[in-house]
Amino acid sequence: MSKHLSGSQIVCEALLNEGVNVVFGIPGGAILPLYGVLSQYPDLRHILTRHEQGAAHAADGYARSTGKVGVAFATSGPGATNLVTGLATAMMDSVPMVAITGQVGRGAIGTDAFQEADITGATLPVTKHNYLVMRASDLGATIHEAFYIARTGRPGPVLIDIPKDVFTEMGEYDPDAPIDLPGYKVPGKADESQIDAAAELINQAERPVILAGHGVILSRSFDELKEFAEKAQIPVVTTLLGISSFPEDHVLSTGFPGMHGMAYASLAVDQADLIINFGSRFDDRIVGDPKRFSTGSKKIHVDIDPAEINKSIQVDAPIVGNIKDVFAQLIPKVKKTTHVEWLRHIEHLKAEHPSLRIPESDRLMGQHVVKALSDVTKGEAIITTGVGQHQMWAAQHYQFKNANSWLSSGGAGTMGYEVPSAIGAQVGNPDKLVWSICGDGGFQMTMMELATVVENSLPVKYAILNNNHLGMITQWQGFFYNGDYQAETYTGNPDFVKLAEAYGIKGIRVTKQDELESAIAAANAHDGPVIVDFVIEKVDDLYPMIPAGQSVQELIEDPN
Amino acid sequence: MASSTGTFQRTISALVQDKPGVLARISGLFRRRGFNIASLAVGRSERPGMSRMTFVVEGPDTVVRHVAAQLDRLIDVVEVHDITDQNIVWRELALIKVAAPASSRGDVLELANVYRANVIDIGVESLTMEISGGRQKIDSLIELLKKFGLLEVIRTGRVATLRGTLVEGEDDGLFQADASNPTYILPIQTGETGSV
Ligand SMILES: Cc1ncc(C[n+]2csc(CCOP(=O)(O)OP(=O)(O)O)c2C)c(N)n1
Ligand SMILES: [Mg+2]
Repeated sequence: MSKHLSGSQIVCEALLNEGVNVVFGIPGGAILPLYGVLSQYPDLRHILTRHEQGAAHAADGYARSTGKVGVAFATSGPGATNLVTGLATAMMDSVPMVAITGQVGRGAIGTDAFQEADITGATLPVTKHNYLVMRASDLGATIHEAFYIARTGRPGPVLIDIPKDVFTEMGEYDPDAPIDLPGYKVPGKADESQIDAAAELINQAERPVILAGHGVILSRSFDELKEFAEKAQIPVVTTLLGISSFPEDHVLSTGFPGMHGMAYASLAVDQADLIINFGSRFDDRIVGDPKRFSTGSKKIHVDIDPAEINKSIQVDAPIVGNIKDVFAQLIPKVKKTTHVEWLRHIEHLKAEHPSLRIPESDRLMGQHVVKALSDVTKGEAIITTGVGQHQMWAAQHYQFKNANSWLSSGGAGTMGYEVPSAIGAQVGNPDKLVWSICGDGGFQMTMMELATVVENSLPVKYAILNNNHLGMITQWQGFFYNGDYQAETYTGNPDFVKLAEAYGIKGIRVTKQDELESAIAAANAHDGPVIVDFVIEKVDDLYPMIPAGQSVQELIEDPN
Repeated sequence: MASSTGTFQRTISALVQDKPGVLARISGLFRRRGFNIASLAVGRSERPGMSRMTFVVEGPDTVVRHVAAQLDRLIDVVEVHDITDQNIVWRELALIKVAAPASSRGDVLELANVYRANVIDIGVESLTMEISGGRQKIDSLIELLKKFGLLEVIRTGRVATLRGTLVEGEDDGLFQADASNPTYILPIQTGETGSV
């Protein structure tokens, strides 16, 4: 039944009907009419961030960790443009989000009015779809459409831009109006002939490897992946974003390959006779040189997005469909096998190329910190990261036991993701332990959100892997620019313990290996947020490494 | 058809929703993905609220083969077909204004006649003709008219449709794709379980 409401009320009711109970945002002139009705909707919790980028990353962290659509609000002009990095991050990693932005009044659009920005134009390449809504009566249907688009198919962010006077206009809202999207196709089950072709390759393979990507996580196919891998006894390699799609303490778990992945994982992919890719887009950090990528293998590629098939790697058996449905179709057609010899060979690769050797040093290294975090939390925390060396150490040395417990900006590589994404993850999982593994660089890009943490009593634990450097830059300049180090050293970092205290957050400093466990345990035990400043050595040897655009032949395992 | 530089052309036909900003979405996609539009024709289609676009895109084969799949990802694109390898008939239209003083008018008119171009406007010193057909035909008429003095040439993009019968028509410049490297359109089944 249709209701007569103001545009702002329609937005709130439609959000509630979509099951939204928390939004992250910052008000401003153009969106104030929406904030003006929030008090009528107490079930819609608004979390005020300190920067719109923080709101976007928090919505992203909430979405990744819960599977629900994350929602961010921002005002027109600079408020909206501040969301762009967060939208691009979500777009690259297929994260379901809806951003609602205020726009100048309809009559002022196109006049360079105060705080006007063409945000639908600006966000075209970084959203799955976007809307400028010109009538209050269109708001309800648009919001339901936006949520449907954001969470179905290959998920992604959708932006809805609403002029100020559309919020105040009265209009009709029919929550049951059907969604009409003639141009939008949501793949479900795959074509049976594609399944048969793939099953035949799988049943014939002697050295198969599963490459599990983010699609396994987005489709929540954890149990199915496990069942499939166990039935056919196939080793599972994950991509960086596929981490935590498969328990890392499982015998078939074979690490992640690629630029900074485990050597044994890259070698397994290279030596395989069949790669079964579930929901990875054969990203260049895995493939390196496409002409030399696993040349001896046939490839099966399962993806919900047909545009990913044959985009970077030519495949032998494409399957377009929802991974969860595809597993259900494929598992009964796959023979129970053992692949004893191949699995023995994989064990041998793991033993010969341990890759996760932690440098023997009296000093405190990033690897020591992550290993201790993994041990003390038993691999059961939700981990978010920034981008850089600390991110790769986190991926390498934290042993993830729980499904979907790794949140990291893979496609965009957005520094600063670490601080607000942990806020979103904690809001979505109030009873879980959330550790954010931060670079001192990335932390300083979004650390204003500590105020948001405090204001909302979120017990997030921040581990700053403080090397006083943009460590990854140091590494690349050492490696690719003959050690000509430029703009990678920080000499003005704040005292992070004092900074914590300035926010009323518990601060701990760790400088020695033997302080690690007690400090982490103390942080876990503290009933509130904690910042641990791990003062680590600056090193420019994050290994293994396959230089960009190269292949496993150029893999540098450990030069020391 | 491969040119000497290794670029390929593909002809794509798309049915799109007739909404503001659709062209910007499509041109933005082309720019981002490095697809180069050689020609574009847009107009209302037989379906209410829908427009049909015919693109000719140019680029390395590995790139242009993905145009249809990428276009199909756009929410406002309802249907898209890469018809390069299909049995299609296509036309372009040109309006050509050429100098035609009394001294040469007869020769110009004779050329128009041979090429089955229609004269649509005549002035004292010039005339304008319209010609439709394949690109080579239009190119060659323009080439022949040059010596009389071309005043203005206006050409449309290509419009194309699948042939209704299997009978081959006159050579209208059907482009051949690289047969050793066929594009396949992947079947998609749409299911209720599509949400994730
Ligand atoms: C927003 C943004 N700007 C720049 C970069 C390029 N970049 C990649 S890693 C890195 C250094 C990161 O330093 P830090 O956060 O301290 O992490 P570390 O590598 O030292 O562990 C930089 C500058 C980026 N990824 N994101
Ligand atoms: Mg650093």
